[in-house]
Amino acid sequence: MISLKSVSHSYAGQKDIGFSDWQINDGEQWLLLGESGSGKTTLLHILTGILKPKQGEVQINNTSIYGLSAKELDQFRGRNIGIIFQRPHLIKSLSISENLVLAQSFAKLPTDKKRVNEVLESLGIEGKKNAYPDELSQGQLQRVSIARAVINKPALLIADEPTSSLDDKNAAIVLELLMQQSGANQTTLVVATHDKRVKDAFTNTYELS
Amino acid sequence: MLIAFGTGILTILLLASNQIAQKLDNNSKDIDLVVGAKGSPLQLILSSIYYIDFPTGNIPLKEAKELSRSPFVKRAVPLALGDNYNGTRIVGTDSNFVAIYKLKVQSGKLWAQDFETTIGASVAESQQLKVGDTFYGAHGLTSNSDVHKSHQYTVSGILAPQGNVTDNLILTNIASVWKMHDDHEEGEAHEHEEGESHHEEEHAEEGKELTSLLIQYRSPMSVAIFPRMVNETTNMQAASPAQESTRLFSLIGVGVETLQWFAVLIMLIAAISVFVNLYNSLKERKYDLAIMRTLGASRGKLFLIVIAEGIILTLAGTIIGIALGHLALQFIGNYQESSQARLTGLVFLKDEIYLFVAGLAIGIFAAIIPAVQAYRSNISRILSKN
Repeated sequence: MISLKSVSHSYAGQKDIGFSDWQINDGEQWLLLGESGSGKTTLLHILTGILKPKQGEVQINNTSIYGLSAKELDQFRGRNIGIIFQRPHLIKSLSISENLVLAQSFAKLPTDKKRVNEVLESLGIEGKKNAYPDELSQGQLQRVSIARAVINKPALLIADEPTSSLDDKNAAIVLELLMQQSGANQTTLVVATHDKRVKDAFTNTYELS
Repeated sequence: MLIAFGTGILTILLLASNQIAQKLDNNSKDIDLVVGAKGSPLQLILSSIYYIDFPTGNIPLKEAKELSRSPFVKRAVPLALGDNYNGTRIVGTDSNFVAIYKLKVQSGKLWAQDFETTIGASVAESQQLKVGDTFYGAHGLTSNSDVHKSHQYTVSGILAPQGNVTDNLILTNIASVWKMHDDHEEGEAHEHEEGESHHEEEHAEEGKELTSLLIQYRSPMSVAIFPRMVNETTNMQAASPAQESTRLFSLIGVGVETLQWFAVLIMLIAAISVFVNLYNSLKERKYDLAIMRTLGASRGKLFLIVIAEGIILTLAGTIIGIALGHLALQFIGNYQESSQARLTGLVFLKDEIYLFVAGLAIGIFAAIIPAVQAYRSNISRILSKN
């Protein structure tokens, strides 16, 4: 379970941004709606342990994540939170499967090649496992990015504008895959976006004013 | 690249200066003084101990013999130079030479009769000579232009490799050298090369000459008295190998030092370039590094990753540099004319470890600032920028 309590944050010299309390139960799928500049990215960063809020508490599975030390937080993040960014950002000098193994090792988990293949297969790109990032298309790269996010079976899967740079067809595929993966792994899913193509798939919405 | 270059130069310098110092040392160990014709003391040492450069002239046999009987002298080795075989010097001398240089024969025996020779190990190899072979000597110290056809030399023995100048010499007795020149006198008139022995004069024992004497003192006291006596009361000069070698080396040393500073400068520039490289590449990879943080990598890990990069860069450069240095020296050694001063690239020194460590240190040093930046990077800020 994930909860946000009395969280507010401000950047240097800026106004305080307050966020309504939010509780997400296990396995739910949420849409985080808001235009750019509304604090969407800030909220995402706070939720994923990347940005410590000026005030308030964030709990993931009963752990108050900002109470952890820096190193513990990093590791917690690696194991329990999977993030999908707008652009894939894979390590160019490593192959696809090596990129995935990297996600396992940075989270200090043992290398599990089987898991790597399993995830790639479920996303339909097992054939590309030895290829390098610059050999793949945008759509394929985004799928690898999803693979990397789910590989450690995190409690929370967050996608920041995952479809904004994709065409209609690929956007639909990615959305489908996200829903499927979170369902298959019992992962809580939060998709932050202002992409109207995505909105209709979600029942739970958290809206930023 | 730069690091390789800088390290390479330093390696060459290190090896070369070490080898030259060693050679200088090896060859003059047991010889306290050299007596020869008046002229430049350095030239005397170079010609009679290292067999480079032409002798300063000749000294009369009678006076040389008198000098060797002096109470200050424990042993005096006569040298008669003037001929060569394909560039290798033929040295007329006696058993004292064998004693002073502690020569050991590998095959055959030491020269005994006139025109018998014992040759050094390197000579045997490069001239392809075996015991029993014969050859003609030529006048002068380097050219083949004036071959003495009247007498043949025979190889009666080959020395074991000594690791000093004797490897490159052909040894025979003094009488052979005199006989060679007696005969040639009777016949042809020809050009004399600069600095060679002039034997136009008398042929009697009276007029016989030597090129120089290698002297071992009987007691340490001789150092103070003997050389001065020779220089001031005779027509000959006395030169100390130790002194001249030191002088020679310090002359070379100045050149070496300049080059060393130059190489250090290059290393510094290289370090700066590694730094700039890492710094710039870091800017581009900010995103990638931030992503790694989200995957679970801690800041300490990022720090190490960057430092490791710096180290690998400089280490590679250092190793390549050292290898290049050795290769270059070996290459130079192959092309050197004078076999006496030949340098080799095959020897490794423990000082090279310092070069290695220096390379490592530069890597860490150059990578520190980018590494700290990676450590302190604010991933939220980085990841918000699209």
